[in-house]
Amino acid sequence: MDRRKSIKSIILGGVAGGLAINGCKPGTDGDTGVLEEVAIDENHFGRTPEEKEQIAKLNAEQFFNEHQMSTLHVLCALILPANEKYGSATDAGVPDFIEFMAKDIPAYQTQLKGGLMWLDHTSNKEYNVEFKSATVAQQKVILDGIAFPDKEKPTYEQNFFSLMRNLTVTGYFTSKMGIEDLGYKGNTPNVWNGVPQDVLDKHGKSYPKDWESKFVDQSKRNIMAEWDDDMNLIT
Amino acid sequence: MQIIESSTMYDVIIVGSGAGGGMATKVLSEAGLKVAVVEAGPFFDPKDPKQQTQFKWPYESPRRGASTVRDFGEFDMALGGWNIEGEPYTQKNGSKFAWFRSRMLGGRTNHWGRISLRFSERDFKHRSLDGLGEDWPIGYSDVKPYYDRVDKLIGVFGSKEGLENEPDGFFLPAPKPRLHELYYMDGAKKSGVPVIPSRMSMVTKKVNKDRGICVYCGQCGRSCQYYADFSSGSCLIFPAQANGGQIDLFVNSMVREVTTNDEGKATGVLYINKEDRKEYRLKGKVVVMAASACSSARILLNSKSKQHPGGLGNSSGLIGKYLHDSTGASRGGFIPAMMDRKIYNEDGVGGMHVYSPWWLDNKKLDFPRGYHIEVWGGLGMPNYGFGFNPNSINEMIGEDVGGYGDGLRDDVKRYYGSTLGFGGRGESIALESNYCEIDPTQVDEFGIPVLRFNYQWTDHERYQAKHMHETFEEIIHNMGGTVFGDAPGKDQDYGLNKPGEIIHEVGTTRMGNDPKRSVVNKFEQMHDVENVFIVDAGPFVSQADKNPTWTILALAWRTSDYIVEQLKQQNI
Repeated sequence: MDRRKSIKSIILGGVAGGLAINGCKPGTDGDTGVLEEVAIDENHFGRTPEEKEQIAKLNAEQFFNEHQMSTLHVLCALILPANEKYGSATDAGVPDFIEFMAKDIPAYQTQLKGGLMWLDHTSNKEYNVEFKSATVAQQKVILDGIAFPDKEKPTYEQNFFSLMRNLTVTGYFTSKMGIEDLGYKGNTPNVWNGVPQDVLDKHGKSYPKDWESKFVDQSKRNIMAEWDDDMNLIT
Repeated sequence: MQIIESSTMYDVIIVGSGAGGGMATKVLSEAGLKVAVVEAGPFFDPKDPKQQTQFKWPYESPRRGASTVRDFGEFDMALGGWNIEGEPYTQKNGSKFAWFRSRMLGGRTNHWGRISLRFSERDFKHRSLDGLGEDWPIGYSDVKPYYDRVDKLIGVFGSKEGLENEPDGFFLPAPKPRLHELYYMDGAKKSGVPVIPSRMSMVTKKVNKDRGICVYCGQCGRSCQYYADFSSGSCLIFPAQANGGQIDLFVNSMVREVTTNDEGKATGVLYINKEDRKEYRLKGKVVVMAASACSSARILLNSKSKQHPGGLGNSSGLIGKYLHDSTGASRGGFIPAMMDRKIYNEDGVGGMHVYSPWWLDNKKLDFPRGYHIEVWGGLGMPNYGFGFNPNSINEMIGEDVGGYGDGLRDDVKRYYGSTLGFGGRGESIALESNYCEIDPTQVDEFGIPVLRFNYQWTDHERYQAKHMHETFEEIIHNMGGTVFGDAPGKDQDYGLNKPGEIIHEVGTTRMGNDPKRSVVNKFEQMHDVENVFIVDAGPFVSQADKNPTWTILALAWRTSDYIVEQLKQQNI
């Protein structure tokens, strides 16, 4: 029996009829339709209609103005600059991510806008130029003053920079480029068969001998499980 | 107001579709009964590509997985959360009870930790041992046959250990520990803390032809499209439908009350369809409550009639009372030997591959009940929050914290996978003074009176949390590591989680032989209303230091068998 078909016939909303709730579209045609819809929807990651609406609403708003955005471009690339192999945080799209997060978590807003203003104010005072247009050496002098937060009583400038650093680093390492840079290897169907031998050796670890029989024999994973009456797996 | 009434007479109406409701749906429909399942949230199938979050990358979302819209991160498969718009709950006497609700087919089974432990004889009869709480009216031998059936139907990996308080099951083979878990095993050994393979309901070997086998992506919290983990929809409700069961599924349908006749017997349920916000009535011979301990209590307390003035089946006045959650405390640390790790795929199953069951004798301690230890760590997928305070660990190796520039990259990489942590999950004592009740001053957006919580921990739980922290510190030191932060003091309840936060709330309609001191009998049948049964965690007399789901499933199966039998004999 086709389970999807069966679901179609039995999902009901109200009993008065006409209120059938579309859970998943049953049948082959419906499935193709869903896949096509998913394929053309860039923002598709299992959102409910309400969640999609919320993302669209935030995307339609602009929080940072043009000057603030270009300052973010400069600042993110200072926090995580490009190296021989990978681009900067700015190259990885972090300023756009911060723009979104400032709208998603409004508690960030004042600190971010105020902090950017502080950078310009300090740069204007010291070098008579806005932060984004100062020389890299000048920019670094300003950042050096706020990049190492006081452990007991961090100042608001230090707190601003700590927030910027957090958002920049997390934005980078959750980007496609950053994940490649980090070297994370998962998020894909595979078969786990224990820590590689060279890693075990390096760390001086080994699997206890008396545990061997407890572990899954991956060559037999597709064989149906059966037990004897004494709870011993026999397949 | 006009209530829209269905002409269908159901044999059984099941309120809620989580672990208990799903099991009841399967067993009762397969016995040939006509079943209605009423679920407050939308339809959900982890196979539906439109709802899937499994295998999504953080960059597919503009917020990179932040928890702004879903409390455990936006890829987590719980629609609902600690707070649901339009459905508030309130507190009394400074209580801070946290109530997690998943509004969707399958409920919280779509994202749960899959830790699947059996209660032991001691867990059912703990009052006899230490004089605290209450004994269950049933023991391990009553539930064992059903645990066995649940193991074989759903699949749980583990290992035969022969430990008295951790009854063995029909286990699938266990996955090998990851590197940080091997470190944990060695560290725990030095302190005499036993470590055994986890017992979790992911299918590491084929259990039936309709479900896939674990692909070790570590994302069970996102609900598995191969049906390789236990979720109520994929393992119980969909198979029951496929088996030709007569099941009508009502989704987005919020039950307001159980209706009764002049004799005080249940006649069905009244629900609100969230789509059109109108009231509907379903008629049934039997009503099975499975809405979760607190939601079922709420519905029953709101079901007042001449025959049941204090709420349906509440002549004892105990509905809502004895609410209790597992205790919890957690701590993390940094293991220098695990810096600069070689990177490989160690996603594994979602959650831990090993754990520590309770190992001490409480007679020698200053708190009465035990806890088990859960372990986390490893080379996980980065999500929002990864890299926050990227080099705070520098302090532990005598380097500056902060800065900027390319060095931050190196800091993140050298510490990646070098931290781990523990969660203690323990047993609290059920108290009559901890309860949920109807708040007479508030309704939700559907006009249904809401719950108000009154819950205070005692020193039993606080001292247990203190012991957890002492154990965690010791084990991290044994591993050559440095513990994060200071042990929380008395002013912070020694780091004890707020009640509700472990999401093991149970006990609101407790089971017993005496109708004055309990709400349901040993078959989860209401003492006062013979055709109403409760198959969520409400009937739990005590919590044990075990996660409740496997026991919910076993008891729901046992109760369903009993319902079939009673209907056959025309007793109800």
